[in-house]
Amino acid sequence: MAEGENEVRWDGLCSRDSTTRETALETIRQIILRKTECLRSVKETTYRPSDELSNAVSLDELNKLLAHLLMLSKRCPFKDVREKSEFILKSVQELGIRIPRPLGHGPSRFIPEKEILQVGSEDTQMHALFADSFAALGRLDNITLVMVFHPQYLESFLKTQHYLLQMDGPLPLHHRHYIGIMAAARHQCSYLVNLHVNDFLHVGGDPKWLNGLENAPQKLQNLGELNKVLAHRPWLITKEHIERLLKAEEHSWSLAELVHAVVLLTHYHSLASFTFGCGISPEIHCDGGHTFRPPSVSNYCICDITNGNHNVDEMQVNSAGNISVSDSFFEVEALMEKMRQLQECRDEEEASQEEMASRFEMEKRESMFVFSSDDDEATPARDVSRHFEDTSYGYKDFSRHGMHVPTFRVQDYCWEDHGYSLVNRLYPDVGQLIDEKFHIAYNLTYNTMAMHKDVDTSMLRRAIWNYIHCMFGIRYDDYDYGEINQLLDRSFKVYIKTVVCTPEKVTKRMYDSFWRQFKHSEKVHVNLLLIEARMQAELLYALRAITRYMT
Amino acid sequence: MEKMSRVTTALGSSALTGRTMHCHLDAPANAISVCRDAAQVVVAGRSIFKIFAIEEEQFVEKLNLRVGRKPSLNLSCADVVWHQMDENLLATAATNGVVVTWNLGRPSRNKQDQLFTEHKRTVNKVCFHPTEAHVLLSGSQDGFMKCFDLRRKDSVSTFSGQSESVRDVQFSIRDYFTFASTFENGNVQLWDIRRPDRCERMFTAHNGPVFCCDWHPEDRGWLATGGRDKMVKVWDMTTHRAKEMHCVQTIASVARVKWRPECRHHLATCSMMVDHNIYVWDVRRPFVPAAMFEEHRDVTTGIAWRHPHDPSFLLSGSKDSTLCQHLFRDASQPVERANPEGLCYGLFGDLAFAAKESLVAAESGRKPYTGDRRHPIFFKRKLDPAEPFSGLASSALSVFEIEPGGGSMSWFVDTAERYALTGRPLAELCDHNAKVARELGRNQVAQTWTMLRIIYCSPGLVPSANLNHSVGKGSSCGLPLMNSFNLKDMASGLGSETRLDRSKGDTRSDTVLLDSSATLITNEDNEETEGSDVPTDYLLGDVEGEEDELYPLDPEHVHPEEPEYVLPQEAFPLRHEIVDTPSGPEHLQDKADSPHVSGSEADAASLAPVDSSFSLLSISHALYDSRLPPDFFSVLVCDMLHFYAEQGDVQMAVSVLIVLGERVRKDIDEQTQEHWYTSYIDLLQRFRLWNVSNQVVKLSTSQAVSCLNQASTTLHVNCSHCKRPMSSRGWVCDRCHRCASMCAVCHHVVKGLFVWCQGCSHGGHLQHIMKWLEGSSHCPAGCGHLCEYS
Repeated sequence: MAEGENEVRWDGLCSRDSTTRETALETIRQIILRKTECLRSVKETTYRPSDELSNAVSLDELNKLLAHLLMLSKRCPFKDVREKSEFILKSVQELGIRIPRPLGHGPSRFIPEKEILQVGSEDTQMHALFADSFAALGRLDNITLVMVFHPQYLESFLKTQHYLLQMDGPLPLHHRHYIGIMAAARHQCSYLVNLHVNDFLHVGGDPKWLNGLENAPQKLQNLGELNKVLAHRPWLITKEHIERLLKAEEHSWSLAELVHAVVLLTHYHSLASFTFGCGISPEIHCDGGHTFRPPSVSNYCICDITNGNHNVDEMQVNSAGNISVSDSFFEVEALMEKMRQLQECRDEEEASQEEMASRFEMEKRESMFVFSSDDDEATPARDVSRHFEDTSYGYKDFSRHGMHVPTFRVQDYCWEDHGYSLVNRLYPDVGQLIDEKFHIAYNLTYNTMAMHKDVDTSMLRRAIWNYIHCMFGIRYDDYDYGEINQLLDRSFKVYIKTVVCTPEKVTKRMYDSFWRQFKHSEKVHVNLLLIEARMQAELLYALRAITRYMT
Repeated sequence: MEKMSRVTTALGSSALTGRTMHCHLDAPANAISVCRDAAQVVVAGRSIFKIFAIEEEQFVEKLNLRVGRKPSLNLSCADVVWHQMDENLLATAATNGVVVTWNLGRPSRNKQDQLFTEHKRTVNKVCFHPTEAHVLLSGSQDGFMKCFDLRRKDSVSTFSGQSESVRDVQFSIRDYFTFASTFENGNVQLWDIRRPDRCERMFTAHNGPVFCCDWHPEDRGWLATGGRDKMVKVWDMTTHRAKEMHCVQTIASVARVKWRPECRHHLATCSMMVDHNIYVWDVRRPFVPAAMFEEHRDVTTGIAWRHPHDPSFLLSGSKDSTLCQHLFRDASQPVERANPEGLCYGLFGDLAFAAKESLVAAESGRKPYTGDRRHPIFFKRKLDPAEPFSGLASSALSVFEIEPGGGSMSWFVDTAERYALTGRPLAELCDHNAKVARELGRNQVAQTWTMLRIIYCSPGLVPSANLNHSVGKGSSCGLPLMNSFNLKDMASGLGSETRLDRSKGDTRSDTVLLDSSATLITNEDNEETEGSDVPTDYLLGDVEGEEDELYPLDPEHVHPEEPEYVLPQEAFPLRHEIVDTPSGPEHLQDKADSPHVSGSEADAASLAPVDSSFSLLSISHALYDSRLPPDFFSVLVCDMLHFYAEQGDVQMAVSVLIVLGERVRKDIDEQTQEHWYTSYIDLLQRFRLWNVSNQVVKLSTSQAVSCLNQASTTLHVNCSHCKRPMSSRGWVCDRCHRCASMCAVCHHVVKGLFVWCQGCSHGGHLQHIMKWLEGSSHCPAGCGHLCEYS
């Protein structure tokens, strides 16, 4: 009885109707105050040891609620909710209960909070986006707040994600979140894992599964292998992988389910790249996003908020990265000059065919050795690792041994002609959504570069896109890979390579040391290119294997 | 005009001959093109560029144009075209953006003529002007089209599509200056070659990329386009706005489209993914292809009609590295395989029936069933006299009205609802189903179930633990059929004495399910006594032989037995005794001649739990079964399933298939199973037995069937208070903030199955309510209502 009444329902807050929100908030307020009262009275009156445990439990519960309220007070797109939740928090504080405060520095650790759009100061278009996102998920996550630098893309991104997770599809809802967890865990991305653990439980997933992949149904366990290969060496996917999944007696996947799973896996692999690439902070209401300690000991334990990034070293001010400002100023100029040159001289010097082919091979080979210097072997310490097996399997060990990546020619199997048709056939409408997302990401431009306006950046964008595909062994016949070397300098390549292949190793120093004169929004733009190119590369390999299986 | 007549005469003098044939290439082909003389074909791909002579019996390689030591990307062809005026002239589009022309008249080994490197991206298509000797057009991924004059070193003019990549360019055959181009964003543009500044006309033809287009060879202004949206559209460009004349829906994205010569409405298509066949469509008949070529094992990448005035020879190249010549007369015609018969029930049992006219005519002439069948109340024949393929597939439609009340299918519904398909050991399932069938008066079916039980239930297959579980805690099995065991059923099923028994039985709890299992047991006992009277071989002999022989026996067997159902009261103690002995098969073997031999030790029995005794029943069957492996009968059982399916009782076939599972599945071919499943599911859905049909879908092992409930998996719920759809979550309403359904027992929100009493509208979790009702029949909400659940 009492339990049912005291259960807090956050759903009402997602409504677009302000009165609905108000009533919902009012009930929340009453519940919280009641709980607080009850806790206080217990504290004051008796100190029976038997109560201790239940007391701790209820305190824990209350703290969770307060953390959620804190999140709302900062991140809800609706002003009334923000104000009211803050008010509730205050009144709780007045009752002598410790209230949480946000930790960290805004949605991203790489980008100063003031650069990022504040909730509440968005324009109408963005507000609509926020409200949509909030209505669908009951929260406005940090990824959204960072991506809103590029609202056009964000819209398509949210639409796709919503469709993948919540709309019609062959997989049950909790499976979808679980696959998301599996994919994110491959890159030890505790941020995404935490988010989806909550969602997973919310849609009725079995908490036992969260103890590790071996507790999940056999069917999902079978997916582990594909997840592993897809995340680190997609070119090794063969039709045998597919066959093993589709023909496993009662644990077999149907083609439609498999395509859904593959899209989810690739989506979350690349989203993990984004999370690390932009240094997304933990959500306010999740572990590590808030603290109940008073601000005086603000610097306690950095590692708690690092989200798995090794950003301890970024605190030690980087001495090597201290290149003078004038130097970096010329960086942009030089880049633009190079682009101009390439544009002009393209027709004149015509590299021979062998030359072109060798340039691709060279770039591919070189991309394997482009790596950050700090090569410390970090085993995943967090509990995230239990969601996948074979932790040693990564991108790195093959690059060390200089394994050969076979060449995949886009002209023979490309997303527009082949991949799209296959996805849309087996998982209707999703092909269309992903196709749109790729297009927006690839064609997104504001014709600016740092402080310059009216610049045609298509060449630069294409170089980035093709460089990522090149790392995966995907070759465009009609591209001169020499351009990549001209346009992308080493520190940028290091960053790209790390974000795409081993995102968990990205540090703030890497983020800061490329394109120093560029705006943060442009760096986020780069990240969007990276994740979409990565997703497409993985999809191409997986879909090609499925096609081969089908023929 | 002039040119055409010339060609026709040329054809007249040497008519084409040949056969359906293919030859292996070394590498996948990307495109093919035919020489003007229809005797040579060029094949181009990433690593192949060859000319073949088409001879009577075979393809003969004539020339390899890929010369030079090192493979160059210039030779990696996305497209190839042979000039239709000059048989020495070819052009290729390379994946690296180069356009190359080739002159076969060159004396050296390398026939490469000119190289145009103006495009920045892959060139998707090249096209020669149909009448002009030196004009070449190219369309590229970079969004530009370029027109080259082969006498000059670079392009004459550049056309910018202002949008995305160009996928195809085609000169109009009739209008000297016009060409069409198709784009990745779904647009089609018409250009005048003299005006590179802007296009003459632009319209959106498809949703998604338009991969190909083709001008009609005769009808001025007809353009066919094919796109990723799986459509082929025919446009009339002569009018002010491009008008869509025809639309053909294919099953995969359309990679190429080519009008068939001399057949005004025919065109050939091939697809880019998944589907490997080449189809020839009559655009007026967009649902069934007129012809189909199925030779290729991988996607077809290039098609070309061999001669511009001969409709029967089609050449094709494919990713599977073969070059084929298809003869129209060898094509398979789906129309022939299509069923021109159709049958459909109306809402009130009316029957519409379409069949070949000839059949209908003959039938009505004979009128074999005129006795009880009505004449069609409505007869319709829609036939267009101009229709060219009336002979192939045309049908007449007749509609019959059915007398009300005739042909009741209530037995089907009853059976479907009451059959148990899973969740219990095989023996119980069989017995249960047999009982259901018997109660519905379907003795043959009942007998079949009983026999299946005898055949398949050897001790190994029915572990006793399993049995105990299901009998002891029957309610935990969560049977969908629980509700069918109400007391009334039982009463009618059993003699009055059985009821007496039940009241006497001290060890039995009062759950309904146990009662039913008690019946099952008496049933089994019955069999046994039967077995001991009749020589066992006799019984087996029947099973082996014609099943029909057994049926005549049925009535005699069943009826005298009826009272005996109650009889084996003493059989219980008998079984109990066996419990205590370690039940090895050898041990039982000793007693094989007399299963009742142990009757003397009856006293010990009463101590043994009732449950475990049941398992022994089936063990004793082993006495007969152990001689023959269950596999022995599988052929027979399959025959039996086919028999039922043929009879129209697909219900029986599917139920047995599910119940027996692995035991017979492998002996029946996948397709037949799938067919049975789909027809049964279809029937169930017609009778709105959604639960049963879903259960069947779930239990089916066929891929295609289990896919059925993976589509459209979202359930939309409306709030019971404000009647608005609940969008975010299924159990709480956004608007009125009430949980839609609370469980009256545990006071939690019900997120899954919700069951409620129709009298007081209180309810809750299915399990909770079931448990509650075991203890009390009052409403758990405390409203005082005596709840009734069906």
